[in-house]
Amino acid sequence: MDATENKTAAATQKTQPGFVYLPLIAGWLVPGAGHFLLRKWGRGALLAVSILGMFALGIAMQGKVYANAHDILHMLGLAGDLGNGLLYVVSRMMGLGADTVQVTTADYGTQFIVVAGLLNVISAVDAHNLRTGRKM
Amino acid sequence: MLHPSHFASVVLFAFFASIVFGITQRETPRCMVRYGIYCFVLFVGSAVALSWAMYLIAR
Repeated sequence: MDATENKTAAATQKTQPGFVYLPLIAGWLVPGAGHFLLRKWGRGALLAVSILGMFALGIAMQGKVYANAHDILHMLGLAGDLGNGLLYVVSRMMGLGADTVQVTTADYGTQFIVVAGLLNVISAVDAHNLRTGRKM
Repeated sequence: MLHPSHFASVVLFAFFASIVFGITQRETPRCMVRYGIYCFVLFVGSAVALSWAMYLIAR
């Protein structure tokens, strides 16, 4: 990062008071919320639709929502699912998703849910980068 | 319940993942669209190519 970018980042931080990690946390809890906080309405809406759509498709395909970690693969799946933030909590509370994978499409659904969580983490980090001025 | 075909699953996965990749990995809208399309083509193209490779190996 050169001197100009450093100045831009510093200026952005000065002009936006408040908790610097708020977009990161909001973006993790609710897909797209980090971008909405930064008034990036279009990007936020597209991210929200993509992540919510992927999660909903995973549930509709009877994908499994990981609840515990018996082995390393389950642990990785659970980590991915936790990336969905409140979606994960709500789906667990409502008992959404299958307990066991019984058909091929359910296996795809499980991966859709995990990847939705990972994509949500990427978008939350992107919101944080926008907030700190690392990205324009 | 939804039971899409294998190919439909690939296309749906590629579509949503490409949107997120495009927005998060590029800065200008034009670059975002171009990178999103690039990712989509790579996702679907590599899935089709690997499917043919596995089909030919299995024969």
